Amino acid sequence: MPKKVVSGNYAAAYAAKHARVEVVAAYPITPQTSIIEKIAEFIANGEVENLQYVSVESEHSAMAACIGASATGARTFTATSAQGLALMHEMLHWAAGARLPVVMVDVNRAMAPPWSVWDDQTDSLAQRDTGWLQFYAENNQEVYDGVLMAFKIGEHEKVNLPVMVIESAFILSHTYDVVDMPSQEEIDDFLPPRKPLYTLTDFENPFSVGALGTPADYYEFRYRIEKAMENARKIIKEVGKEFGERFGRDYSRMIELYRTEDAEIVFMGMGSLMGTVKEAIDVLRNEGYKVGAAKVRWFRPFPKEELYELAKNVEGIAVLDRNFSFGQEGILFNEAKGVLYNTDANPVMKNYIVGLGGRDLTVNDVRVIAKNMKEIIEKKELDREIEWYHLKR
Amino acid sequence: MELPAEVKKKLTLPAEEHFYAGHTACQGCGASLGLRYVLKAYGNKTIFTIPACCSTIIAGPWPYSALNAPLFHTAFETTGAVISGIEAALKAKGYKVKGEDGIMVVGWAGDGGTADIGLQALSGFLERGHDGLYIMYDNEAYMNTGIQRSSSTPYGAWTTNTPGGKKHFVERRPKKKVIDIVIAHKPAYAATASVAYPEDFMRKLKKAKNIKGPSFIQLFAPCPTGWRAPTDKTIELARLAVQTAYFPLFEYENGKYKINMPSPNKEPKPLEDFIKLQGRFKYMTKEDIQVLQEWVLKEWEELKKKAEVFG
Repeated sequence: MPKKVVSGNYAAAYAAKHARVEVVAAYPITPQTSIIEKIAEFIANGEVENLQYVSVESEHSAMAACIGASATGARTFTATSAQGLALMHEMLHWAAGARLPVVMVDVNRAMAPPWSVWDDQTDSLAQRDTGWLQFYAENNQEVYDGVLMAFKIGEHEKVNLPVMVIESAFILSHTYDVVDMPSQEEIDDFLPPRKPLYTLTDFENPFSVGALGTPADYYEFRYRIEKAMENARKIIKEVGKEFGERFGRDYSRMIELYRTEDAEIVFMGMGSLMGTVKEAIDVLRNEGYKVGAAKVRWFRPFPKEELYELAKNVEGIAVLDRNFSFGQEGILFNEAKGVLYNTDANPVMKNYIVGLGGRDLTVNDVRVIAKNMKEIIEKKELDREIEWYHLKR
Repeated sequence: MELPAEVKKKLTLPAEEHFYAGHTACQGCGASLGLRYVLKAYGNKTIFTIPACCSTIIAGPWPYSALNAPLFHTAFETTGAVISGIEAALKAKGYKVKGEDGIMVVGWAGDGGTADIGLQALSGFLERGHDGLYIMYDNEAYMNTGIQRSSSTPYGAWTTNTPGGKKHFVERRPKKKVIDIVIAHKPAYAATASVAYPEDFMRKLKKAKNIKGPSFIQLFAPCPTGWRAPTDKTIELARLAVQTAYFPLFEYENGKYKINMPSPNKEPKPLEDFIKLQGRFKYMTKEDIQVLQEWVLKEWEELKKKAEVFG
């Protein structure tokens, strides 16, 4: 299996190439730009055939062009970040509503103002209700694997929904790491050409997509999207298992568990910060803490059952949110608490807001949080539900 | 219904219909006529993209469609971008685009979706040189939303958000010249057309199909509902708009302008002939009408000069 030392962005570009995408429509934005630059380079060097690259005039048009291309039957890819993703928001609904399995890499970046180019999950989490599947990558390998799986899952006949693969600004996008890439033949075998649900080139049976839905029908259209999301849970696990069997990296779980077998306290979070957390778990285990990590890989559909299974066996869950929903709490915390409400799983849950706008979360920070959680469990008293960790006062 | 051979012989337009009866346009709708002509010209090997506009409704709610051709309904501002993506996908998949037996990619958007919110995507489509056709059907306001001004609404016209009232408030800005903005992109082909001159429109549609690169047609399509005009005056209004030079017919190709007026040597008729048939101009004083008349003639002279210099 060939290995390449690549940035997270190049890992995304190689995955798109190896998935044999047919149309890419994209607009540059830091720190996403090197993804589309690399794809343009593949075209310039003749490394890809039949790939049409549309250099559009905005992210809104990027997603609009992608839905046009995808509705015409093409395997379609784009990438963006932060403000660009926000500009696309309207069209994200269109992609899901028209049941088009566009795959997009979002490089998680904080929203302005104030201007920031650094890591933060608010941009992608704000797209929560658009009907897109969301996969959060911890490292460059997961960016690469995530894009390949995203096509297979999104294009599955029981899903037909768009998929967002999310990586951290700079921490992954611009950091080089070793990535295993299967051969093109192995990938072709895993990911055959797309078989679209419909295409606009069916002139014998012309039909319209996205027409006015009256109150008599609109409701059922929405329900079908939810059915597809529910189907996706099973497909994600199947494809993740198959990926593991073929390429040695298993993604059959929507929540990856790390040293949780006998854990009393579990750290839950998404994306690259979980790499730091796993390292801290090793340190804390050596110090006698019974701690583990739960990395939420798929945020949509939300891994309810896996969360319940985990929660019923632990005393406390520290949810690390690199995002915040103003007027409420961290978004992952909010979702996780909601899932457990009507169950018999009742761990203490505390929300730590960390690393907004790219501020570092270190191994030592995780140790401090672990101590705080241990205290809470021993005293059986939650000091406060939400803590803005390391806030300058 | 199959037409008798002797009737067919006299027809100047193709007899076959790909725009079905039972659509939901208002009586006397100019836009629906335009859509019918496009389908007559291209047949059903055409992929339509329609953003939010009257035609969203005219085509019919799910699961109906009045068009015998694939149709993608999209967001208001995205026509230029969606047809770019469709064209790119057709090319990636090896389909023949345009030409006699090729697939035609058509964006069909109103003036609001073109002159205002969709202008950026239109510019992108033109500038990137996609092999498609963008048709702006111009009824001079947001008709589907209930008659609000667009930047294509002319000076003096009543709309619900530029009403005429006690203080005689009227729309004070001239009609935006979208065709001039389009031509500034140096597209392969650009033209104006009117539903009152279907043969001219069909000829232009055929040209757009056989030319390489992006094409644009601004189609004048009266809206009796929004213009407060009798429903049987649509064609007369569309014809008078041309005859008064309010909406002159011309083409732009290879840097050259060509005026195609029905009676090229006649002086334009007085603008009042066009205005008096419509309720939307009834708040205008003689002076207001004069302002509009002068604007029309100034633009007309400018166009004639362009045709002379770049003819």
